[in-house]
Amino acid sequence: MIEVKNVSKSFGQKEVLRDISAVFDKGKTNLIIGQSGSGKTVLLKSIVGLHDITEGEIWYENTRFDTLYFRDKKKLRQKIGMLFQGSALFDFATVIQNVMFPLEIFTNMTKNERIDRANFCLKRVNIINANDMYPSEISGGMQKRVAIARAIALNPEYLLCDEPNSGLDPITSILIDDLIREITYEYQITTIINTHDMNSVMGIGDKIVFIYEGRKWWEGNKDIILQSDNKELNDFVFASKMAQTLKAINK
Amino acid sequence: MAGRYFLLMRKVFVLPDKPRIFFKQIWVEMEKLGLSSISIVTVISFFMGTVITIQTALNFVNPLLPKFYIGLVARDSILLEFSSTVIALILAGKIGSNIASEIGSMRITEQIDAMEMMGVNSANYLILPKVIAAVIFNPLLTVLSMFIGILGGAFIVSVTQIIMFADFIQGIQIFFIPFYVTYGVVKMMVFSVIITTIPAFYGYYAKGGSLDVGRSGTLSIVTSCVFILLFNLILTQLMLT
Repeated sequence: MIEVKNVSKSFGQKEVLRDISAVFDKGKTNLIIGQSGSGKTVLLKSIVGLHDITEGEIWYENTRFDTLYFRDKKKLRQKIGMLFQGSALFDFATVIQNVMFPLEIFTNMTKNERIDRANFCLKRVNIINANDMYPSEISGGMQKRVAIARAIALNPEYLLCDEPNSGLDPITSILIDDLIREITYEYQITTIINTHDMNSVMGIGDKIVFIYEGRKWWEGNKDIILQSDNKELNDFVFASKMAQTLKAINK
Repeated sequence: MAGRYFLLMRKVFVLPDKPRIFFKQIWVEMEKLGLSSISIVTVISFFMGTVITIQTALNFVNPLLPKFYIGLVARDSILLEFSSTVIALILAGKIGSNIASEIGSMRITEQIDAMEMMGVNSANYLILPKVIAAVIFNPLLTVLSMFIGILGGAFIVSVTQIIMFADFIQGIQIFFIPFYVTYGVVKMMVFSVIITTIPAFYGYYAKGGSLDVGRSGTLSIVTSCVFILLFNLILTQLMLT
């Protein structure tokens, strides 16, 4: 479980997050949704300490993260897997080397053990016969899956995904969503996903936090989001022509 | 700016988490930054050696001065200034742009964030092997440059007969001060720290897109060159006077 309590974050004079509190449950896919620029990525990066928060508290189970010393943060971060918007695979390494990277740094596994583990993770995300390819040689969808394999290589307790579907076609997006959900349920991970993709929201939104202009505006799940009478949320959810048409048909 | 630089250096100069990986990285960087520079250093050194010799010979108009002084002046110019400072300025362009663009693109594509997320000290992992590799390998390039530069001088003398070949050979042997080689090597070691850490600093804090990475690369080379010249003055004052 990850909990953020009254989190605020400013860059200079600009306040990006204001007094956000939320609990992200274990074994569920927790979604943070909102428009571009609403502060989703800042919140996610604050949760893992890539941004220092201005106010508030961040808790991982019973450990307060934001006040930890660097060494302790480093220790905790080994339990966190993160999937970045652009995959963030290392250009200098092949697919298998990317997945082996955290194993090489943080475990005392032998080379064969590392290869076995990396192959297992790659197989889990359905990447086969691409071990020796470089990130630039594989498709965007494959890059995301390799990034997921790298994120789960150390058996993380927490998985954070920043817009995992960005730049992907709808079919590949659904595959990635399903994969993240399966992994979350299978390993009982606390997963937080930043997204503004309504397919993801309706597909895997076990818990949904809607951020609007840096504030938490609404909280719920995929079953109740369509019935909400929150104006800003409705504007976001029914922004597309297709969603508006479906709403009109339902009415 | 200086504060941020030294804060970054504090992150860079710490013991690496896994020495085995660190030493592997040093070899990789030596190949990438050092071995790949051999050809450019060889070509430039050879031609500069020829030019220095010709220019020195053309300026020796006094008939009372022995001709072997041309070889001596060419040799000392190469040992004292050319093979360390000029080569460092060239390497600042070649290695500096490589480092700034590599680390800068890693920054803007969140690869550095990914490392930090995993609990890796990205500054130490990415920058320290480059610094160590350059400090070890670049002095070897300096020695190579000294040798090739003098060889270039000998070549042009033998081809153009601008002076007697024997005079040139006598000149490069006479009054040889071995400390000049040490001086050149020490200067290159200091310059190596400059030409790796300054571009790494600009790359590490790059923001925006590929244009900004390019801009920070250019800025890093200009800054490196200025600091090379500044430290050239300081080291010369300290070591030769």
